[in-house]
Amino acid sequence: MERAAVYDNELNLKATELRLGLPGADESEKQSSRNNKRSSAEMDDSRDKDEQESAPAPKAQVVGWPPVRSYRKNILHQKNESDLSGIFVKVSMDGAPYLRKIDLKVYINYQDLLKALENMFKCSIGVYSEREGYDGSEFAPTYEDKDGDWMLVGDVPWDMFITSCKRLRIMKGSEAKGLGCL
Amino acid sequence: MAQSFPEDVLEHVFSFLNHDRDRNAVSLVCKSWYDIERLSRRRIFIGNCYAVSPEIVIRRFPDVRAVELKGKPHFADFNLVPEGWGGYVYPWVVSMAGAYPWLEEIKLKRMVVTDENLELISKSFKNFTVLVLLSCEGFTTDGLAYIAANCRNLRELDLGESEVEDLSGHWLSHFPDNCTSLVSLNISCLGSEVSFSALERLVARCPNLKTLRLNRAVPLEKLPNLLCRAPQLVELGTGAYSAEIQSDIFSNLSEAFLGCKQLKGLSGFWDVVPAYLPAMYSVCSQITSLNLSYATAQNPDLVQFVSQCGNLQRLWVLDYIEDVGLEALAAACKDLQELRVFPSDPYDAEGNVTLTEQGLVAVSEGCPKLQSVLYFCRQMSNAALVAIARNRPNMIRFRLCIIEPRAPDYLTLEPLDAGFGAIVENCKELLRLSMSGLLTDRVFEYIGTHAKKLEMLSIAFAGDSDLGLHHVLSGCESLRKLEIRDCPFGDKALLANATKLETMRSLWMSSCSVSFGACKLLGQKMPRLNVEVINERGPPDSGPEDCPVEKLYVYRTIAGPRVDMPGFVWTMDERVSSRFSRATEGHGD
Repeated sequence: MERAAVYDNELNLKATELRLGLPGADESEKQSSRNNKRSSAEMDDSRDKDEQESAPAPKAQVVGWPPVRSYRKNILHQKNESDLSGIFVKVSMDGAPYLRKIDLKVYINYQDLLKALENMFKCSIGVYSEREGYDGSEFAPTYEDKDGDWMLVGDVPWDMFITSCKRLRIMKGSEAKGLGCL
Repeated sequence: MAQSFPEDVLEHVFSFLNHDRDRNAVSLVCKSWYDIERLSRRRIFIGNCYAVSPEIVIRRFPDVRAVELKGKPHFADFNLVPEGWGGYVYPWVVSMAGAYPWLEEIKLKRMVVTDENLELISKSFKNFTVLVLLSCEGFTTDGLAYIAANCRNLRELDLGESEVEDLSGHWLSHFPDNCTSLVSLNISCLGSEVSFSALERLVARCPNLKTLRLNRAVPLEKLPNLLCRAPQLVELGTGAYSAEIQSDIFSNLSEAFLGCKQLKGLSGFWDVVPAYLPAMYSVCSQITSLNLSYATAQNPDLVQFVSQCGNLQRLWVLDYIEDVGLEALAAACKDLQELRVFPSDPYDAEGNVTLTEQGLVAVSEGCPKLQSVLYFCRQMSNAALVAIARNRPNMIRFRLCIIEPRAPDYLTLEPLDAGFGAIVENCKELLRLSMSGLLTDRVFEYIGTHAKKLEMLSIAFAGDSDLGLHHVLSGCESLRKLEIRDCPFGDKALLANATKLETMRSLWMSSCSVSFGACKLLGQKMPRLNVEVINERGPPDSGPEDCPVEKLYVYRTIAGPRVDMPGFVWTMDERVSSRFSRATEGHGD
């Protein structure tokens, strides 16, 4: 299935553009021009593989690099409890007999999350667009935020999303139409 | 000539020689000087615990009172040395327990220490006063309880950044009520809460306590209780520096700090709440050493605090200080000698702080005594490095880590050879260098040509060919420690410079291109080197001879191959071919 949307912090204009080329190819081009350097043989293996898939995975972490001692790494991250443990949220899908739980920290962006949800619930969620939401898809992902409001997944930057999401609900497309038109 | 002075006169003269180098020189003069010296040597430093055996040490120096040992290679700090590699203090403690009943001090770095070892230490040495465990592991708080309980005259207990299995804070209560000798206590690495009342009473009854480094679990509200009982403190490591904003906590804290007239060093500051930083303003101008590397405070709070410390000589800080903070530092702290800037988010390729090469250049311009630098950043240029080199020819330690491996000069996209070349050319007293960024063989040519005083060099993701390694090994006359990872260095340079390795403490090479065959050859050629191959994926002979080894650790030794190697470490010596024809079962361990 086509996944031309690129989820990042900027305005999602690209989602509405007609593009040729592999999904996610734009992002990987950006990354390589920023870096502009040779890669070590070890790092190449994991990166090349990833660039062929739809989303560029986070760079394979090289063991012991940067040379920061582990107690230093741990201490900085312990400052925020949620950094250490996962962010587990319940996921419900309309019509499914029971709920699931997922750890939002495991995913790196919306694409990653939605792919996982589609696999978990064997459904098709469709492509996000700022204007139309998930219009045209069978299902649309929504979430309850810190204020108790039900929001459409994809509107806010990923980092903001994972800290404000309390639970997820995969709504039937027909119901979700209302959300997308706001 | 030796006959003209009686032995006790010579011994008295030698008693003024404290430096190992001087004592070593003296012992080479003649046999009688050798004997007088060895009988009177009280302190020994062994930079590699496998370079010599406890028996050899004890035979030569029968009356030692202070021992300092280092175990694992430096790259163990970054998880490059697999678990179980070695560095056990056990054989040393056992031998010394018998031979040195008057031993007073044990200092260990990167060694494996068990509770049994600690128990043995606490019971074997009646005059034991100093235990320093830096970056050690293998023991629990139960082991510490033995030390607290049995070492009657303990002056110093420093757990450094060791990995201690923290079973409970109860161990501290094992210090007997009549223990009043503590001068230095560093428990900052411990996770769990120690009994605060026991700590308070301990601090109160030790009038000579000068250094107290608390662990994170000691709450800020309780800090004044300790400071009031120890106003003579020279170095303080706070616990968590956070509390709800309450005026009485703040005023208690300020008042307590006001009383600390001798305070010179501050550290700790976990979970720092910036509103409480001003409570320390009364001591800021006295402070010469400040470790804010756990303090997640940002500007302006951070720079405001640092700028108050006009007499600062050493600053460790996170990159939250940013360029603007470093510029303020350069203006305010003219006595600064050492700067370490750590990354707040080492795994974020982008980073969200404005810390660039500019900050370091500013400090190099503004601080004439700056001689020691450790700097993590995300961009660097040759121009900046040249400026730093020209500003600070007095630099002796320069460690630069550009987060992205092989990052070029961000302005010109060229390698950083010229920049680092300028560093070694201008800084003629440079003792230690760590490099990063895009580097070709050329930078090694500069290093080999100019870095004549260099003792330790760390290289990662650099160089093009064996020529690079050859330049370093053939040119750096003072080189003692060389550690290399992920560089295309292979057999030729290593074998061509085999004899150089005997003049060094150690060589580490991981993820390079040194073949198993070359390692065998090196081991066979050089009997006074231990050539250890670390291969976690399987025996090095399971592939062809030209297959590169995963990791190589070569060090000079008079103790022969070690006998405590785990299954993934193979030593290359004359017997190497017969070893490999046997089954690997029963090897080492």
